[in-house]
Amino acid sequence: MGDSIIEVNDVSMMFRLYREHVDSMKEFVIKKIKHQIAYEEFWALNHINFQVKRGEAIGLVGKNGSGKSTLLKIIAGVLKPTTGSVKIGGTVAPMIELGAGFDTELTAKENVFLNGAILGYPKEMLEENMDKIIEFSELGRFMDVPIKNFSSGMFARLGFAVATIYTPDILIVDEILSVGDWKFQEKCQDRIQDMLDHGTTLLFVSHSIDQVKEVCDRAILLNQGQMLMDDSVENVWERYNQM
Amino acid sequence: MSTYIHNFLAYKELLKELIVRDVKIKYRRSVLGMLWSVLNPLGMMIIMSIVFSHVFRQNIENFPVYLMCGQVVFNFYNEASSMAMSSILGNASLIRKVYVPKYLFPTSKVCSSFVNLLTSFIALTIVVVATGTPVSWTLLLFFMPVLYLFLFSLGMGILLSALVVTFRDLQHLYGIFLTGLMYLTPIFYPVEILPGWVQTIVNLNPLTNIAQMLRQVVMYGTVPDLMIHVRCIVPCVIAMIVGLWVFYKQQDAFILKV
Repeated sequence: MGDSIIEVNDVSMMFRLYREHVDSMKEFVIKKIKHQIAYEEFWALNHINFQVKRGEAIGLVGKNGSGKSTLLKIIAGVLKPTTGSVKIGGTVAPMIELGAGFDTELTAKENVFLNGAILGYPKEMLEENMDKIIEFSELGRFMDVPIKNFSSGMFARLGFAVATIYTPDILIVDEILSVGDWKFQEKCQDRIQDMLDHGTTLLFVSHSIDQVKEVCDRAILLNQGQMLMDDSVENVWERYNQM
Repeated sequence: MSTYIHNFLAYKELLKELIVRDVKIKYRRSVLGMLWSVLNPLGMMIIMSIVFSHVFRQNIENFPVYLMCGQVVFNFYNEASSMAMSSILGNASLIRKVYVPKYLFPTSKVCSSFVNLLTSFIALTIVVVATGTPVSWTLLLFFMPVLYLFLFSLGMGILLSALVVTFRDLQHLYGIFLTGLMYLTPIFYPVEILPGWVQTIVNLNPLTNIAQMLRQVVMYGTVPDLMIHVRCIVPCVIAMIVGLWVFYKQQDAFILKV
């Protein structure tokens, strides 16, 4: 693998667009008999190739529907590419959505353990760092309350605090910094910067040029599933604005 | 293979957390908590004993224990397989966002039902003591039917959880199937009262053999013979192999369908 920590080799992703969604046995049998299971192919990503070196911070830029999230999901291992392959050389902390897997019936503290386990963190580490999580999320008084009554900001704070308690080799961030107030956003950005200083590799999706400029060394421009550019943030941004 | 084992070990903490979550949510904020799991089968047993002991009185000795053994087996299968079935659909939001080995979801549901099974064994013990059933050392063999029951339910749960993603109406069909299965399991009647061809069907039902084996060790004090072991092991192995195979083939498509 050389010194690259992420290798995306000729990745393409095809989705089937069913005109009618067949999801019951009855429909399946009827449609199969009539030969009516029709779908269109939709290629969300076409032959994407790039490499990321250890410690780099890459911004993924593109309009809505350009395939950014699909690409992040493939790298995070959530989706399997139709063709091509992705090689990952380390632990991945996916922050595609904060607090994925929170159970609203459980208390904040119980959710820390549940969510931590989902992200693959050992329990002892979560226990040791509980104080840090409480401090970062500013939820001191609410840790023993079921989170069903939490606001979306509280959700995001808790989710971010759990996900970033540990410094992963690769951090994947998908537009999550748009939640919370500016103070919390700043705090998140500081935490990400701190991780970068400790050698974490970052994949970052954001629609804010300022955020991308501030944290990323390089940017990749996607449009309708094609990779248009892999260049410095300034150059990519110029091209993006002309689109 | 070793990568699978390594992967499982890495996520065993998550399996534990998922089981703890289910058990906690089930018993949280109910005053009697865990006691419900004991009282529920006891109450059912009392009602069914009163109703059915008049119908089948001549045929079954020690009806409460007979009934309870059948009930414990069927209720576990019922709960575990139904909960496992909806586990992939129920965790759709998680599956779309984070990589997690997906077999953990049906497995955790079967395991948390297993916790409930252990509490209903407390109820069974109470009934055994209360009815003065003579207990023999064979009671120590109770782990054998329990193990078969667990494996069979796990295999079926994994199979159903994968199939229901593609065929949503399976959920409704399975409800009907379970009702049928209940009557084809000798829970409150002796197999001998059935006409020959129905007996054949009932004896092919894996739950029949598991329940009979449980009765042998708990109330009859006999050591299960080789034949009944074979009748239990074969369906377990088939359910596990078919379940895992279908699940393995389907799992990458879950995210596109849930």
